Amino acid sequence: MTTPLLDHAVRMHGLQKSFGAVRVLHGVDLTVERGQAAFIIGPSGSGKSTLLRCVNSLESYDGGELWVDGYLVGAERRGDRWIEASATLTASRRARIGMVFQRFNLFPNMTALENVTAGLRMVLKQESKQAFERGRELLARVGLANRADSYPSQLSGGQQQRVAIARAIAANPSIVLFDEPTSALDPELVGEVLAVMRDLARDGMTMLIVTHEISFAEEVGDVVHFIDGGKVAESGSPSAVIRHSNNPRTAEFLARIRKPG
Amino acid sequence: MTTTTDIESSRTTGPGPRIHRRPGARIFSTAVAVLAIAVVLGIAGIVVGSGTIHWEIIAQYFFAPVMLNGVATTLMLTVVSLAASAVLGTLLAAMRISGNPVLRTIASAYIWFFRGTPLLVQIVFWFNLGLFLPRLDIAGFTISTNSLITPTTAALLGLFLNVSAFMCEVIRGGLLAVDTGQTEAALSIGMTPRRALLRIVLPQAIRVILPAAGNLAIDLLKATSLVYVIGTKEILGTVQGIAAQNFYVIEMLIVASLWYLVLVSVASLGQSWLEARLARGIGAAQPPAARPNL
Ligand SMILES: Nc1ncnc2c1ncn2[C@@H]1O[C@H](COP(=O)(O)OP(=O)(O)OP(=O)(O)O)[C@@H](O)[C@H]1O
Ligand SMILES: [Mg+2]
Repeated sequence: MTTPLLDHAVRMHGLQKSFGAVRVLHGVDLTVERGQAAFIIGPSGSGKSTLLRCVNSLESYDGGELWVDGYLVGAERRGDRWIEASATLTASRRARIGMVFQRFNLFPNMTALENVTAGLRMVLKQESKQAFERGRELLARVGLANRADSYPSQLSGGQQQRVAIARAIAANPSIVLFDEPTSALDPELVGEVLAVMRDLARDGMTMLIVTHEISFAEEVGDVVHFIDGGKVAESGSPSAVIRHSNNPRTAEFLARIRKPG
Repeated sequence: MTTTTDIESSRTTGPGPRIHRRPGARIFSTAVAVLAIAVVLGIAGIVVGSGTIHWEIIAQYFFAPVMLNGVATTLMLTVVSLAASAVLGTLLAAMRISGNPVLRTIASAYIWFFRGTPLLVQIVFWFNLGLFLPRLDIAGFTISTNSLITPTTAALLGLFLNVSAFMCEVIRGGLLAVDTGQTEAALSIGMTPRRALLRIVLPQAIRVILPAAGNLAIDLLKATSLVYVIGTKEILGTVQGIAAQNFYVIEMLIVASLWYLVLVSVASLGQSWLEARLARGIGAAQPPAARPNL
């Protein structure tokens, strides 16, 4: 018998998180289906990054349930009890989750190819030859086949973020998390990164994306979640949330980010 | 980005009119230079021209076997305490950044004590350890402290324990200089925290650690002269011993100074070479720290 939880890429229920005395997540309910491109939008400080970071244990949560790929995040089963997951188990679970950061976080002392294959070589212990072969395929997929030997400092922001995406998908993750992947980019470089993400979504990659690119969410998203004050205020299809929302907070937020300044 | 050098070169090589230096400024800077040379020559004349320094004594003792022994001892003290402090310093740095409050406190207290008391006091303390700890009981064996504490071991102990405190801060500074995003990226591709520290953070921290550790090494090289007070025969101890017999005090101090200058110069050259190599390893014109992260 399979449990219903295995059918979801991510499922959280009543998720809570505080930093010291400040509660940031006030009971978040959210599900990401396999193959879905799910978008999270919401005002600054509403807890979007925190939510994403809980999914791959970069933050711990302190209430509710968070299931990813059929396991309970941060815990492992011992007989009929749950105990805190070991560092090794957490690491091996993270290896199955890709993450793309706002500021790229490429390793500056490694070439693009070495960055992309870092997980394959240093974590999955693949042979260098095999890893580099796969790395070149990945770089070609993000349109950077000819920049394999460039260091991050020799690449534009858009190119760096595309390398970071290739690194995030290198180990065939079951889901990729994006935390405002285009916010640190010059406007003319945003398009090339969104194009790569669009391709991933079309290939059926499960993606959970925090972004302020509303029109991209509308175009690519299967579902949009609007987060406000540490809670999901509204979920639905892109057109339902972005075009036809009845929620005044959603409307106010969308009006604010569409009007720059 | 436009830098000052870009502006300067565009003035002389660009298509615009050639802009000359102000004539008055050149006369003033020449006058200052002439005055400075006059002062230096004057002082040198007082020192050398007084005629009481026996240069032949300096030449005679510079390569004397007893002197070379002293130089070897200085080098040994420097290298051994530096290597040992790299180990203890790394351990202390790991304790200071660990999540365990007891380890953090112990490391902080260590640094507080060894940085807060003079090195000379520490050296004399270790030399006199036998006064309040006549015997050491180690794993069932009882050893007389005075048989362990010779001028050399006391010197090594004093130098190494002291430098470790500074080394810890150098290493910790290097680790903290690496953006936390690097650790997060390493974790996100499935590395354990320990592997992320060793494989991703440490190699980047080395670029910050090595130049600072090089300065520490040069300071240490000169600080080894302090141990002559407990009778260690390193450079200063050796020349003091010789001067006590031949009374050429100033000449022997010049021999010591020249040796320190030689050693420090060689060490500085090594440091520059190392830094140049590190800068090249990054594969780009600029080191990563100077790169705007956009
Ligand atoms: N490590 C931390 N320690 C303390 N407070 C934190 C920490 N990380 C986040 N916070 C606080 O938690 C709240 C939510 O932060 P979070 O980064 O999740 O918001 P966000 O929705 O991603 O905002 P933004 O759009 O600005 O990125 C903010 O008030 C922030 O100050
Ligand atoms: Mg955020």
